Amino acid sequence: MLQIKNLHAGIEGKEILRGINLEINPGEVHAIMGPNGSGKSTLSSVIAGNETYKVTEGDVILDGKSILDLSPDQRAHKGIFLSFQYPVEIPGVTTTNFIKTAINAKRKALGLDDFPAKEMLKMIREKADLLEMDRKFLSRSLNEGFSGGEKKRNEIFQMAMLEPKLSILDETDSGLDIDALKIVANGVNKLKSKDNATIVITHYQRLLDYIVPDFVHVLYNGKIIKSGGKELAFELEEKGYDWLK
Amino acid sequence: MSKYTEDDLKKELEDKEYEYGFYTDIESDTLPKGLNEGIIRAISKKKKEPEWMTEWRLESFRIWQKMEEPDWANVTYEKPDFQAISYYSAPKPKKELESLDEVDPELLKTFEKLGISIDEQKKLTGVAMDIVVDSVSVKTTFQETLKKHGIIFCPISEAIQNHPDLVKKYIGSIVPKTDNFYAALNSAVFTDGSFCYIPKGVKCPMELSTYFRINEGGTGQFERTLLIADEGAYVSYLEGCTAPQRDENQLHAAVVEIIVHDNAEIKYSTVQNWYPGNKEGKGGVYNFVTKRAIAHKNAKISWTQVETGSAVTWKYPSCVLKGDNSVGEFYSIAVTNNFQQADTGTKMIHIGKNSRSTIISKGVSAGKSQNSYRGLVRVNSSADNARNFSQCDSLLMGDQCGAHTFPYIEAKNNSAQIEHEATTSKIGEDQLFYCNQRGIDTEKAIALIVNGFSKEVLNKLPMEFAVEAQKLLEISLEGSVG
Repeated sequence: MLQIKNLHAGIEGKEILRGINLEINPGEVHAIMGPNGSGKSTLSSVIAGNETYKVTEGDVILDGKSILDLSPDQRAHKGIFLSFQYPVEIPGVTTTNFIKTAINAKRKALGLDDFPAKEMLKMIREKADLLEMDRKFLSRSLNEGFSGGEKKRNEIFQMAMLEPKLSILDETDSGLDIDALKIVANGVNKLKSKDNATIVITHYQRLLDYIVPDFVHVLYNGKIIKSGGKELAFELEEKGYDWLK
Repeated sequence: MSKYTEDDLKKELEDKEYEYGFYTDIESDTLPKGLNEGIIRAISKKKKEPEWMTEWRLESFRIWQKMEEPDWANVTYEKPDFQAISYYSAPKPKKELESLDEVDPELLKTFEKLGISIDEQKKLTGVAMDIVVDSVSVKTTFQETLKKHGIIFCPISEAIQNHPDLVKKYIGSIVPKTDNFYAALNSAVFTDGSFCYIPKGVKCPMELSTYFRINEGGTGQFERTLLIADEGAYVSYLEGCTAPQRDENQLHAAVVEIIVHDNAEIKYSTVQNWYPGNKEGKGGVYNFVTKRAIAHKNAKISWTQVETGSAVTWKYPSCVLKGDNSVGEFYSIAVTNNFQQADTGTKMIHIGKNSRSTIISKGVSAGKSQNSYRGLVRVNSSADNARNFSQCDSLLMGDQCGAHTFPYIEAKNNSAQIEHEATTSKIGEDQLFYCNQRGIDTEKAIALIVNGFSKEVLNKLPMEFAVEAQKLLEISLEGSVG
């Protein structure tokens, strides 16, 4: 599904990713772990198409085609979803209105008519229930005054609504208490299918108790220095990152 | 590369010419340019006005001659040459019109281009139209229903002839001839506008709506509007404007006077989209307006405005809260782009006890525009327990525009409670990226963010206008981002 080939990228002339190679197939969950400043968030931003970062070498291929020339919204239309580490606030725009706009933008790009309001409403209710979200959040301004945990839950709610092919969860566990973490992880697991894939970016092994990865990669200094199965996460938790350097 | 970058957006914005910049070719009957007592007498004569009105105009003209054009507003522009303006221009009436079929097809086409075809408007339930093209009303509808309720809604020139007592009683009572330079000028030369009187205890069963348009190149337009809600009456009045594209600056100096008697309520909503000038700041309408309302005991006046047009705007819809327990509200969205300049806000003058006022002002600045909020809250010594809440929010796009806030507070009564909140924010790259990541393109994202920002004000508009206003916000800001 997604192939990352020798990816080099940076910001303002400073190289952050120094040759990433990664292959992700449908149905897989990949965890990317690494210490602060190793390039985890840069990787997710580059895949999503954030133009703050410049790709200097290599390629990102989705379903056999390079996506580097696509704008972030075009990439989203192709099924890439990024759950942000720090979701932004948009005052005056309700979560419902925002997600409706997003879904219809995607449908328009795919040549489909607007999602019928009645069905949308039904889907919104289902997905909100799945994430045990209080429905009143849906009529509040997007992320405005939300706690850290509420924002993250809202990210996963949007993911559930948009039904992406590839989801990237960037530090989704930060700011979540253990109960919220379980709910979010449970939601992610329920959304998993043989056709979609997930990249979980995290500092800690904790989240991986609930979202069990098929593969774990260690990112350090802009490169993947070790890959393995889920047991690698436990090893990292025990030994830290220093033994890999 | 198919990326839609900021540069593309900026480019598109610059290339974007005024959508409604067209010109309707209607035969006009225009007075020679210039202003003197002879011209004023001619206007008055053309309008078949009684002698007192002619005298009133002449007196205003004499006052105006002694006044100087004000320059305290935070705007710069070339002062109009008042002798280069033609003060009267009317489409030549062929005959009295019985139905829309008789309206000039050119004119109907114009309205269709604006998306406000009369056919559609007629179908809209409960909207009566008094269409003003240049200076003369062409067609008035829904008169029968209004007549049934004893409501008078007509061009002011008709009111001067048919209801002289009412006009004489109220005209200039809220905005006197001496009020300011442009009000004095308007008093001397106004040619049309609307008059509305709601009798005691009557709730007007429909939204009243007027479309003002400037049509004849080089013709200034001086509207005079007078609204009166007698005791316990209610009316919601809508006004919307748009103008054809012009190279030379067009002056518009309207006066709106509103009288809200005891226990009455008036809601006055405006959507203004006059030609703002081109991307170099050439052309565009000068909009120097005086709008003021007086609220008597337990009365309520509510101003809602969406300002997206004009090269230079100078406008402060105000409330004189004279009666005890009177309420004044001002909800405003002002959008400026390219080289537009807006200095707008309100005045809340608290005189009555327990009078309350609310000010919600939203300014959106893009391009190289300058957007100022200027507001006065004055609590007189008589106004025990007066309350005001003001909120002024500015949203900036790019780093070449300006947002300014000039709040003035004068409290002469210790029991007054005055609150003022102000915020300034910028549409952030992170907000745009977030929307983009969800599949929403930058243009749509800006519209979404601006609509969210303006929501509190948009919500105050009657439904018919809310949709149009949202469209206007999008058109005005298409392609602007920083």
